[in-house]
Amino acid sequence: MIRKKQCVAMLLAGGQGSRLYALTNNIAKPAVSFGGKYRIIDFPLSNCVNSGIDTVGVLTQYQPLILNDYIGNGQPWDLDRSFGGVHILSPYQAKTSSDWYKGTANAIYQNIHFIKQFNPDYVLILSGDHIYKMDYSKMLRHHIHKKADCTIAAIEVDLKDASRFGILNVKEDGEIYEFEEKPAKPKSTLASMGIYIFSAEKLYKYLEEDSQNPNSSNDFGKDVLPKMLESGEKMYSYTFSGYWRDVGTIQSLYDANMDLLGDNPIFDVSDSNWVIQSRSPLSPPQYLSPESKVNNSIVLSGCEIFGTVENSVFSSNVIVKKGAVVKDSIIMSDCVIEEGAVIENTILDENVSVGKKAKIGGKKEIAVVGRKVTIGDKVSIKGGAMIDKDLLKEVK
Amino acid sequence: MKALGIIFSNIHDNTLPELVRKRTVASIPFGGRYRLIDFTLSNMVNSGIDTVGVITKRNYQSLMDHVGSGKDWDLARKNGGLIMLPPFGVVGDIDSLYSSRLEALKSITNFISRADEEYVVMTDCNIVFRMSFDEVIEEHIKNNADITLVYTKHKKENRPETSATVLTVDEDNKVNGIKYEEELNEDGNLFMNVYVMKRSLLQSIILDSISHNKRHFTTDILASAIGNMRIYGYEHKGYYAAISSLQAYYEHSLELLDEKNRHDIFGDRSIFTKIRDSAPTKYGATAVVKNSLIADGCVIEGEVENSILFRGVKIARGTKVKNCVLMQDTVTGENVSLNCIITDKNVVIRDRRILSGSENHPFYIGKGSMI
Repeated sequence: MIRKKQCVAMLLAGGQGSRLYALTNNIAKPAVSFGGKYRIIDFPLSNCVNSGIDTVGVLTQYQPLILNDYIGNGQPWDLDRSFGGVHILSPYQAKTSSDWYKGTANAIYQNIHFIKQFNPDYVLILSGDHIYKMDYSKMLRHHIHKKADCTIAAIEVDLKDASRFGILNVKEDGEIYEFEEKPAKPKSTLASMGIYIFSAEKLYKYLEEDSQNPNSSNDFGKDVLPKMLESGEKMYSYTFSGYWRDVGTIQSLYDANMDLLGDNPIFDVSDSNWVIQSRSPLSPPQYLSPESKVNNSIVLSGCEIFGTVENSVFSSNVIVKKGAVVKDSIIMSDCVIEEGAVIENTILDENVSVGKKAKIGGKKEIAVVGRKVTIGDKVSIKGGAMIDKDLLKEVK
Repeated sequence: MKALGIIFSNIHDNTLPELVRKRTVASIPFGGRYRLIDFTLSNMVNSGIDTVGVITKRNYQSLMDHVGSGKDWDLARKNGGLIMLPPFGVVGDIDSLYSSRLEALKSITNFISRADEEYVVMTDCNIVFRMSFDEVIEEHIKNNADITLVYTKHKKENRPETSATVLTVDEDNKVNGIKYEEELNEDGNLFMNVYVMKRSLLQSIILDSISHNKRHFTTDILASAIGNMRIYGYEHKGYYAAISSLQAYYEHSLELLDEKNRHDIFGDRSIFTKIRDSAPTKYGATAVVKNSLIADGCVIEGEVENSILFRGVKIARGTKVKNCVLMQDTVTGENVSLNCIITDKNVVIRDRRILSGSENHPFYIGKGSMI
């Protein structure tokens, strides 16, 4: 009997995430912290595991150090397997050429031998920049049931946002007859989520063809999918109706974090039927002092709170000293907020220290402070400011 | 200096009947997310000890479940690592398990002789402390000692220590007397049941005790060895808590609310434990939390004061929790009032229940109870 996997997942995690500014200066977008305990990549990885997919290739390119370190041997996701498991796939030097990944399709093409060693019937393509809980096995069943060559997961979006997405125009039974990448005048509001299932042989064929085409930009959305449609392959949409957010901008990342708060949160990560797994920090329990006040917030182990925290999301080991106030903010791990500091509408990246009586953020726009920045005593930073370490060096 | 670790997981079972009904002393939950064995096991790992044998006797499923392969302590190794040593019965005499430290050691002679480490560090599981054993071994070598015993200074004003072994030492820390006290309520050098010696010496002590039918390490071996052997003390100066009764468990748990104690034990985040995938802790709009230690995965909508909440505890609206230790997955209904209560794992307290113990006699609710 030949060992094989029914479905192999390929997770595109090379995105730079340039619209997250200071947050992605040193790390890839999928490694950005989310919801206190998680990193963005925990969501697609946990979805894979919870959907019964135990073979995942993670394609990295931009600033992979923290991401590689985080994924490690995959043990937190139960993906340290002897056959299958999680594999980091970075660009490599081949005998005849050495290339960075040129586009999404090219990244998969360069690692086609990785997929082939598991001899799968289906290949699931995912991207590492969305926050959602989705059972891929249902989508796979849909793909098999429809005898499709390619199935694209899709979600209904508002008409005004539709032109930011790849839009699918479908027949009544979900068969796709037209695919428009970021159309100026969208004909429908069914947007592609960047999640594809291919029947493996078709994927190999079209990636091979795409790589031979010098005019192609080697992208799934722009090149491979339109080409398949043109050649008359059977392509279906699979409609997903749960929570799904692109967290590619500061505002959308902020909003998605805030969706976790409230008594009945819009997005619930504590669902024991769909656990989001992550590499847990090794910290003692959090301590709230007699003078602390913490409301409508998420706080992680290792935090010590002596001040006031409201409507905020805290990662591990954050210290808020006496008299400091944190409101409507996202504070990532190992930040220290000194006495009397006031922080509002702000994202602090990891290891930021905020001096005594400093004031960050305002009512309207979100302020962002990059990792390892030190904000001095009584310094005031306006809403909408983007502070990062390299920038500070230049100013000096 | 390579050392072998030996941990006794059951030695003090009889002192904590409530908490060990379904577990070993080693697996008693403590400090919000830990089990008692985490402290001594982490100390060993942080001291460079990478082969640790855990001697068990009974009720050790919860302990096996907790330590697993040892990977959370970095002790899942090809060579050495964490080795569970279940009781070893003799054919024809299968019902008689060991009843003393020395008898337990007799049953693991294979484990001890197969090791190649020069030294042995032996500890119990009923103590909460953070110390580096390599410094003890260094001191042991410097003193040219045969056996080094780790002690802590017990003060008159501390809570009295039950079943205490007290050492008297001279100015060079050489032990010149060992006595046993039912209750220690004066100044004294309290022996922490942490031993350091050469592995070869331990082997010969075990052989000798088999041939002369000796049973107790302290009375039969140590007490008679004073004068014949070089026995030294080593003072542990950091935080120390012996969990010797339910009352001691309660008082020492709440001691962690003091910043000095908490930082002494957790300051450098070097105590390892089994990782559980809990969501972050959520504080609702109506939450009021004062002076409490809260683990991950809790949902708090009521009031919590001077308490320790383990992972996954849920405090509903209108509920008041004061001076309590609530273990993993305790769930309270609405408008409950709890004062001086210890709940074991998976306890459910229904709406509007009012329960209270007192500070010197906390009320304990057993695992899985519904009230």
